Amino acid sequence: MSGMSVDKDMRSSLGERRVREMKKMMKKKNAPYFFLAPMLVLFAVFMIYPIIDSLILSFQDFTEGNYVFCGLQNYITMFHDPVFWKSLKNTFIYLAVQVPVMVVLSLLLGVLVEQAFLKFRSGFRMSIFLPSVTALVAYAIVFKLLFNTDFGLVNHALTALGFDGVDWLNTVWGARSAIIIGITWRWTGYNTIIMIAGLKNIPMELYESAEIDGASFFQKFVYITVPMVKSIIVFVSITSTIGTLQLFDESFILTNGGPNNATITIGHYLYNTGFSYYKFGYAAAISYALVVIIGVLSFVQFRITKGGENE
Amino acid sequence: MMDKRKKINISHVITYVVLIVAAFVFLFPFYFMFVSATNSNADILSAAPKLFFGTHLSENLKNLNERLDLGRILLNSGILTVTYTVLAMLIHAMSGYAMAKYEFKGKGIIFGIIMLTMMIPGQVMYVPLFKLMNNIGWANTYQAVILPGLAGAFGMFLMRQNMLSFPTSLIEAARIDGYGEFAIFIKVVMPSMKPALGAMGIYMFMSMWNNFMWPLIILGTKSMYNFPVALSMLEGVAWRKDYGVIMLATVFAVLPILIIFLVFQKQFVAGVMGGAVKE
Repeated sequence: MSGMSVDKDMRSSLGERRVREMKKMMKKKNAPYFFLAPMLVLFAVFMIYPIIDSLILSFQDFTEGNYVFCGLQNYITMFHDPVFWKSLKNTFIYLAVQVPVMVVLSLLLGVLVEQAFLKFRSGFRMSIFLPSVTALVAYAIVFKLLFNTDFGLVNHALTALGFDGVDWLNTVWGARSAIIIGITWRWTGYNTIIMIAGLKNIPMELYESAEIDGASFFQKFVYITVPMVKSIIVFVSITSTIGTLQLFDESFILTNGGPNNATITIGHYLYNTGFSYYKFGYAAAISYALVVIIGVLSFVQFRITKGGENE
Repeated sequence: MMDKRKKINISHVITYVVLIVAAFVFLFPFYFMFVSATNSNADILSAAPKLFFGTHLSENLKNLNERLDLGRILLNSGILTVTYTVLAMLIHAMSGYAMAKYEFKGKGIIFGIIMLTMMIPGQVMYVPLFKLMNNIGWANTYQAVILPGLAGAFGMFLMRQNMLSFPTSLIEAARIDGYGEFAIFIKVVMPSMKPALGAMGIYMFMSMWNNFMWPLIILGTKSMYNFPVALSMLEGVAWRKDYGVIMLATVFAVLPILIIFLVFQKQFVAGVMGGAVKE
């Protein structure tokens, strides 16, 4: 019988009695709890506990070797902390510039690379995807060299073309631009993959009938492609927003938050607060500010776009 | 007729031009990294930087080995990544299976809570986790890096989505044949989950190999660093900065994942797409 081979396998490894015991325990009724158990234990210890502990910590201050309740003090400090506001502002600048640019770029690249006539499609696809497997630290280091003011290739290219070089990493907008360019380079391909998944679901007939009606490439893009992948665009926008709000590696490696905190992100400031200055309570408060911002932004984005879907 | 044809050809040309420019922009940093790894610091920083492969590879390698224990870091990254990937595949397949194919008390609430935490950034957990790991003596250990990442909802969700479409009648038939619940999972369900497992495995592999912020926080000694942390330390040293050496280290951090990507491109794409699949 087919069931025999299974039993034999298990017996050899566990011993007959334990198999019988296990079988008794693993009845259909409680089986799901066994399957879930490892996940639930990990989830409770490494997810639920830290989330709650972080909230408690945000109301505490570490003084004289003890954590003491300090009410809203950490949050009040945060509201008066210029660096916190700077990090918030920077993060929102990245968000406002980078997310729309990347959404448009990834959709456009997705459309182009899926064109039926295209040759070397897999080659183009691969080159678009490749940045998204690279370690953030690794690409940030390469970009740091490319954007170096004195001997970076970007400035060499600019001067060769007759432009002035830019002091990328040491000026406020130069450094911010470098980070935005970096993130766009790293994540556009990732989102293109997701866009392609949506594009493949669009029935070809729609394009064919539009072509008969004489629609241009641009018209097809605006009136067929965009509406048909709307839910994917929403998904990409929300996940990119959440990702951008948590930026750390780029700020840490590429600019080290500088010059004068002009590029520091919330995640980077949280790291500095918690693990350079060891102000755990304050870092926890910052992290909860991040939770609230992500929650509100996701809710708003979801709301706006859901209204559109019902049309 | 002629007019229309001409128009199409122009749009073809534009498509190719845009894609070729995009491919150049995406690939050039890789090329530059590989080339620079074979050049000396002086070549890289010269007024006319060398953009072709040089002869400094072995010297860069020698210098890199003096600055960090390459073998040890490769071992650390390997242990972390492989252990994490294997455990993630097993744990998330099991929990996803429970969520997809069983009805039990508390299912809705458990699923809801786990999914809700997808919204909470990992950075919220880092301070309490740092305290916790120090309290139980796990600071600077492999398990401190591996275990917290396993509690994420993504893997469970991905496996659940894939298992929902597995025919329940096959599971019922196996029960009638006398299979135990665990045997059904291993011998009946899992074999048909290979594509989904592959997709998730590649995704998990990639995310752990590239993991930086949490390892930076919890790994305290040089001998425990993974590649991203070691790289950041190497780059962070201002004095005697040798870009040839740094680029070579970057190559070591990137190359394994590039090879894996080229071999398992399909699974990687499926893993990324899996997150976007609507219910």
